[in-house]
Amino acid sequence: MGNRLSFLAQLALTLLVAAFLIVPAILSMLAGVTANYFRGIRSGLTLQWVMQVWELYADTIVRSFAVALITLAVTLIVGVPAAYALHVRGGRLARAVEEIITLPLAIPGLAIALALLLAYGGLSDFRRSSLFIVAGHVVFTLPFMVRSVIAVFALIDVKTLDESASSLGASAWRRFRDVIVPNAVPGILAGSLMVVTLSLGEFNLTWMLHTPLTKTLPVGLADSYASMRLEVASAYTLVFFVMIIPLLVAMQIFADRAGRQVA
Amino acid sequence: MTSAHGVAVGVAACAKTFPDGTRALEPITLDVARGETLVFLGPSGCGKTTLLRIIAGLERPDRGGRVLFNGADVTAIPIERRNVGMVFQSYALFPNMTVAENIGYGLKIRGIDRAERAQRVAELVALTGIEGLEQRRIDQLSGGQRQRVALARAVAARPSVLLLDEPLTALDAALRERLRFELDSLLRMLGITTIYVTHDQAEAMALGDRVVVMRKGAIAQVGTPREIYFAPANRFVAEFVGAANLLTARAVNGVLNLAGGKLVTADVNTAGDVVAMVRPESISVVAPEAASLSGQIERISFVGDRQRLTVRGTIERPLLVDAPNTLNLKIGERIGLAIDPHAVRVLPGERP
Repeated sequence: MGNRLSFLAQLALTLLVAAFLIVPAILSMLAGVTANYFRGIRSGLTLQWVMQVWELYADTIVRSFAVALITLAVTLIVGVPAAYALHVRGGRLARAVEEIITLPLAIPGLAIALALLLAYGGLSDFRRSSLFIVAGHVVFTLPFMVRSVIAVFALIDVKTLDESASSLGASAWRRFRDVIVPNAVPGILAGSLMVVTLSLGEFNLTWMLHTPLTKTLPVGLADSYASMRLEVASAYTLVFFVMIIPLLVAMQIFADRAGRQVA
Repeated sequence: MTSAHGVAVGVAACAKTFPDGTRALEPITLDVARGETLVFLGPSGCGKTTLLRIIAGLERPDRGGRVLFNGADVTAIPIERRNVGMVFQSYALFPNMTVAENIGYGLKIRGIDRAERAQRVAELVALTGIEGLEQRRIDQLSGGQRQRVALARAVAARPSVLLLDEPLTALDAALRERLRFELDSLLRMLGITTIYVTHDQAEAMALGDRVVVMRKGAIAQVGTPREIYFAPANRFVAEFVGAANLLTARAVNGVLNLAGGKLVTADVNTAGDVVAMVRPESISVVAPEAASLSGQIERISFVGDRQRLTVRGTIERPLLVDAPNTLNLKIGERIGLAIDPHAVRVLPGERP
């Protein structure tokens, strides 16, 4: 009896905490499809706000995906070979480089953005293009790519695989292409999803780096909260959720699969 | 394929100091004949794997050291252009490739076309007895199968020299013994220059034409298996290669005076204080009355094919004696010991 009571108490507490966290999100998303938020659901459900968001902010959504994909491309091209080099080389220097790459995680995004502005703000064409935001995102997301690839390398003893491929006559490039990358796929996938998700949701850095013509999705979100009616802002949140949730789920699935593969 | 091939390997004054200052290898000079199987034997940390990696091209020797293939200096040539075949302790098979793809990888790198590759892979699959596994993934193979695939992959491209780094260590004892015989006949059949690293003395003696016993980064002795077993150069080799009784005694005209009697050596010039070695199996148990040496049985351990006696009172330390398993002996019994003078090895490199 006492057991049952304590179970019920725990269940109630859990549900309460969960509700505390989830209800605001649900309310916000509901507001996005409510005809008039101040009159509540009674005023009826509508997609007009979502349509309006699309009309007003379609470019930010498209730009966000473009930025995320270019960021991904850069982190793949730079991050995977870097992880290979750092892991195979090893030693104090490699560890120092890894620390330096990871440093941006500990520094506030605003500070990184300021540094980028100070260093490259003078190159006005670059400053005005979306590539400036890409640069910020690369600095921010690269450690995630490098780390997740290095983690897989450590699990599969890539160093010996590399040595055995070289004993068979493979050049560094062939080893990288035939042996290293194919065996690092779980880490590359996990890293890629993380990079895309982080890039899509990044606000701190982006807010400092953007121009009125290079707004991204989260910046547009802030913009709509500040200047649009509540329903539009909420509809925008809804759009954001719809885009980011599938990515998060995919990330979870890949992470699980990678975990099982090496286990 | 039975004739000797591959290259003669030379190691000249190769030392290795790691960046942290650890001296892994003292300057080593060594020659491996074409087609020979040379084994590096020693305890862990003796530098045997480092030496193998220097020959492979995975490590550079310290300044002044050189590696020669058929007399040509290859020290500066990276491993991928040395045409070596290598088997790693962990096998390092590529998990993203099938068995056949693993074996054919070195051929693919060398630009050999698909048809010829398939034929060579089939040859090696037959040679190593892994028919039927060609399309398997690596994680679907047993340890013994992996070992065979690793060997087939290493020799597929007809390397100049085959390098094996403890290839049987990852396997259980029974399998290890079986694969050792297999490996031996395979190496004889291939006739390729082979360098084999192991810490297992039985493996070293079964496989090696010559054995290099190593200790603390230096060579303790180089010789045929029989030489290092019957005529060890020093105490370390005597004790590392098989069981050994070491006795310290004063010799007069080739006769050693021991606590339990006299021991005759083959060399009448043996004189002064010496350290000598006698293997347990070269001592036979005889009636105590007629024997010039005797002792008392302290312990008997029956191991099946023989029984190992621990005998007190013959030398200062307990003496190990291997007796036939049919002999009926009791603890405490006084026995006579007969030792062939040729089986007594005075260690030249040791002073009491």
